[in-house]
Amino acid sequence: MAASVYAADPPGEVRDVEMEGLTLLYHRPSGLTHFLAPPAPQILAALAAGPASAAEIAGRMGELFEIDSEDPAAATAARLAELEAAGLVWRT
Amino acid sequence: MRHVLRLQVGPVSFRIGSHWRRPVAQLRRLYSGYPEPEGVCDFTVRLEAERPWRRWIRPSVAIRGDYVLPDAAPLPLAQGLLAAEMGMNLQMALGQKRFVLLHAASVERDGRALLMTGDSGAGKSTLGALLGERGWRFMGDEFALLDLEDGRLHPFPRAISLKNESLALFDAVDPGRLGPLLTGTPKGSIRHLRPNVEAVERMKEPARPVMILFPRFGPDLDPVVRDVGAAEAFMRLTQASTNYVALGERGFDALTRFAGALPSRAIDYADTAQAEELVETLWRSA
Repeated sequence: MAASVYAADPPGEVRDVEMEGLTLLYHRPSGLTHFLAPPAPQILAALAAGPASAAEIAGRMGELFEIDSEDPAAATAARLAELEAAGLVWRT
Repeated sequence: MRHVLRLQVGPVSFRIGSHWRRPVAQLRRLYSGYPEPEGVCDFTVRLEAERPWRRWIRPSVAIRGDYVLPDAAPLPLAQGLLAAEMGMNLQMALGQKRFVLLHAASVERDGRALLMTGDSGAGKSTLGALLGERGWRFMGDEFALLDLEDGRLHPFPRAISLKNESLALFDAVDPGRLGPLLTGTPKGSIRHLRPNVEAVERMKEPARPVMILFPRFGPDLDPVVRDVGAAEAFMRLTQASTNYVALGERGFDALTRFAGALPSRAIDYADTAQAEELVETLWRSA
């Protein structure tokens, strides 16, 4: 089975403010405010380059950030599920 | 409507109309000294008979206006003043788009404002009103109006609604500032207090906020001060705002700036003397 490919709104569709290690994110399409802890903001940043699978996102994040996980793809998939439930990412 | 009062409170103007004379007469007396608005009022409140015959028979007051809660219960005519106050709150909560509306009390000293917000029963209203009698300028006890552009707080010095045991704390004020005692209301016994002359005369003067307080009252609580992080303060302020969602991104920008720039403290207290002392101590270090 092919891995799910995730997408997010382009960066211009959100406003984000960092506060004490958290990212407060205003999502323009829904008008909702989200509180994000790492690595959720980094996942959204990685998706700015275009839709990708969990493994690809983990790879992109590895180029941009230090990742502290034995299985980055699995950790990324778990956070993607949360972001999907919050309406910030979706499967293409 | 036969009986009408036009009322300016800070930057907001109301037109209150009533089928009955008494609520408007009581309002006029309670808000004696308040300026009359110029031009068209921002909000209209109408106190109407629930049904035509209920104007005379067991009169009950339905709160209507620009914005209406369809399932709001009418109040007996004896509580018509409370109905008018609730009507003004309702218009603000549902219709105000010029400011971030925070369910909070605010006071000012030396041009700097202190915002106090918390759950119902936290004591912010009583504390704000008391400080207003002790050298602070009372800016409001129900709503604080945060300017969307420049982050200043605008006064909204409506009559203070003193409930149950808080009534005794204001025994010393000029009785001419008190409204009628309203018993058996949905919130127990209520008596309104007109803010003092300074609060009314300076109602158009906004102030720069410098501290956010989250007071919590409980008879068994030890007096404690705790720092509140900016992210937690932001979250609590979104919950304290009645129009945050309606304002969209403008509300997000204004509240993140506000919470990010100001120190926030939570205080626990068991009586108002303790709370006043905590506030004064924190203020000296602000």
